[in-house]
Amino acid sequence: MSKEELFAKVVEILTPYAKNRAALAAVTPETHILDELEVNSARLVDVVLAFEDQFDIEIADEDVDAVETVADCVALIQQKLP
Amino acid sequence: MAGRPLTPAELLARIPQREPFRFVDEILEVDDEHVLASYTWRPEADFYRGHFPGDPVTPGVLLVESLAQSSVVALGIYLLAQELPDEEAAKVVPFFTDASIEFSGIVRPGTRVRMESKKVFWRRRKLRIEGRILLDDDSVVCSGTLAGIGVTR
Repeated sequence: MSKEELFAKVVEILTPYAKNRAALAAVTPETHILDELEVNSARLVDVVLAFEDQFDIEIADEDVDAVETVADCVALIQQKLP
Repeated sequence: MAGRPLTPAELLARIPQREPFRFVDEILEVDDEHVLASYTWRPEADFYRGHFPGDPVTPGVLLVESLAQSSVVALGIYLLAQELPDEEAAKVVPFFTDASIEFSGIVRPGTRVRMESKKVFWRRRKLRIEGRILLDDDSVVCSGTLAGIGVTR
């Protein structure tokens, strides 16, 4: 999967949780998930579980603490993919 | 593991909500995967005067609260008690995060209901459950998913 495809997939997974629709429409790799997309921090667990299911990977809880932007998600998933 | 599994009686005592906002009478069954609890809706509860005058029906929002107290709160406390010593677990406050519930019946004052919940996931102190409320004849009052998260105070 290319980085662009991965980015698109990550955005698709984040979409139901993003409350700022304008930020979602203008999303870039640098978009901040909590501050800009306004994803509720309590939803991050659901997002990470969706990444695990969709990409068939395991993400450690410690790895999640470093995630802030969409690009961070893409990098984390890329690192876990075989 | 730092803690231990609680008995149903211990678990009931640790549910922080109290009268007049306590909607769990008994924990009938509990393990790492599920919890079954019951509550009898008090006919004297003040809200029945207004919901609705002359036609008392238990508000759906309170049914959801009863499901939350018996599931994400109680099962969350049960799971946390196995991970943390008592004094650490006591500092964790349960917060309701989201719910998606469909109603298919009503609950009249004085009715005993069972709240039945199964764990979907427990991770990073977040608990999501699938649950439903049943009448004594096993008809379903409502069903859906809800979630909560434990935050250290």
